[in-house]
Amino acid sequence: MADAFDKLYTYITQFPFVRYALIVGVLIALCSSLLGVTLVLKRFSFIGDGLSHVAFGAMAIAAVLKLTNSMPLILCITVISAILLLRTGKNAKIKGDATVAVISVSALAIGYLLMNIFSSSTNLSGDVCTTLFGSTSILTLTTAEVWLCIALSAIVLAVFVLFYNKVFCVTFDEDFARATGVKASAYNLILAVVIAVIIVLAMNLVGSLLISALVIFPALSAMRVFKSFKSVTVCSGILSVVCTLLGICISIVYGTPVGSTIVAVDLVAFGIFMVIGNFSGRVKA
Amino acid sequence: MALLTCKDLCPGYDGREILHALNFSVEQGDYVCIVGENGSGKSTLMKTLLGLIPAVSGEIIYDEGLQKGQIGYLPQQTDVQKDFPASVKEIVLSGFCAGLKLRPFYSRSQKQIAQENIEKMGLTKLKKRCYRELSGGQQQRVLLARALCAAQKVLLLDEPVSGLDPAAAENMYELVGKLNKDDGMTIIMITHDLHSAIGQADKVLHIGEKVFFGSRGQYLEMLDAKGFSKSGGAENG
Repeated sequence: MADAFDKLYTYITQFPFVRYALIVGVLIALCSSLLGVTLVLKRFSFIGDGLSHVAFGAMAIAAVLKLTNSMPLILCITVISAILLLRTGKNAKIKGDATVAVISVSALAIGYLLMNIFSSSTNLSGDVCTTLFGSTSILTLTTAEVWLCIALSAIVLAVFVLFYNKVFCVTFDEDFARATGVKASAYNLILAVVIAVIIVLAMNLVGSLLISALVIFPALSAMRVFKSFKSVTVCSGILSVVCTLLGICISIVYGTPVGSTIVAVDLVAFGIFMVIGNFSGRVKA
Repeated sequence: MALLTCKDLCPGYDGREILHALNFSVEQGDYVCIVGENGSGKSTLMKTLLGLIPAVSGEIIYDEGLQKGQIGYLPQQTDVQKDFPASVKEIVLSGFCAGLKLRPFYSRSQKQIAQENIEKMGLTKLKKRCYRELSGGQQQRVLLARALCAAQKVLLLDEPVSGLDPAAAENMYELVGKLNKDDGMTIIMITHDLHSAIGQADKVLHIGEKVFFGSRGQYLEMLDAKGFSKSGGAENG
């Protein structure tokens, strides 16, 4: 055990990329978990999943076009899809969940197809695996990417804090909000854009298949135990940061893939919170 | 001028009208009950009045002094709310959301009014409790307190006692009646429960195959005379 700590300490002090990974990991975890509470409560958890697949497709397009900086394109496509998805969510002829399924599998399939046909890479399946499971991308971030991530996270956090009360109102009861004159659709739009930004950021950390876990698990865990919106949000944020740090550290020391390790830690935390929730619920009853 | 006047109003969805050409008006301080069978379009009418769904045709004329921020709404509960982790205080405060405009946080005076509304609804002891752990009657009182934060003049209630036990329903009617008498709040309420609700109402709007709008006295007379109740579900309670 002491060995593991020593190893971790040397890594963190010696290699800047480990520090970058930790910083970016914490920020992404915080943003995704805060928004996760709203998404889960609004019954929008599946949208995170759909969007992450769209982001994968966008990344494939960027790779085919041989863009050096693929981030803006991916961000654009994902934001637009998020807006479309949330918009159709309510009154579409195809039901919301079916739309998401259609879009996400299509994006996934087309993404892989494009990569297969046009890719010049010698290690195609390795590339795909990296984008899907984020195996190493968090450890290969450039300084520019780190700063971009810090800036975007700061914006997301600021938006969340400034609109916290409105987000609560619209999440709890959209009809009431609308009836009393709140511009609910404007806030839904903001929410959609923010979600898309987080998904694109989180792709670096856990890869596009595992993003949903980052969004959903902390919120679900916090909801088992806490009883007010504020405490659930705060707990979800803290829990997500702790799990992500732990996950990254474990993966560095034991050489496991970063994304899946983080998700595994989140899953364990969810189990613990569920037990605590059941226990405290029974005591009260 | 009336607070709210409907002229040939046809509420409906996707251009298909559910109700045809309603004409009625609500005065300041009125207590109006909307009654009618299940599926007759009561909730649709209310959503149209609130501007949540556009009317197929016809118009709603609001009094000039009446702005959106002065209408409170007590909707039917949704599935989302049943397991929503939120404290009573948070929910009541959210009634001020529209009043925030561009400010990010609630002001001290808004918090003060929220507190008063919590007391008025007899929720002081439950203030910090979680919404999903409350009984049905308590939940409705929380939503009513929230609606009061939003409403200064008019309160629209969509079946406020559905699913409540008789005592809680009685309590709910008492609270609504008080708001009407003591605070001069205009009440527009959808209800199934004719006996208790109509006892308090000034006016009744009956929708369905036959449409009726008039005072409570006229309505009750007509029920006796024509056996209108058989098609109107008046024997519900």
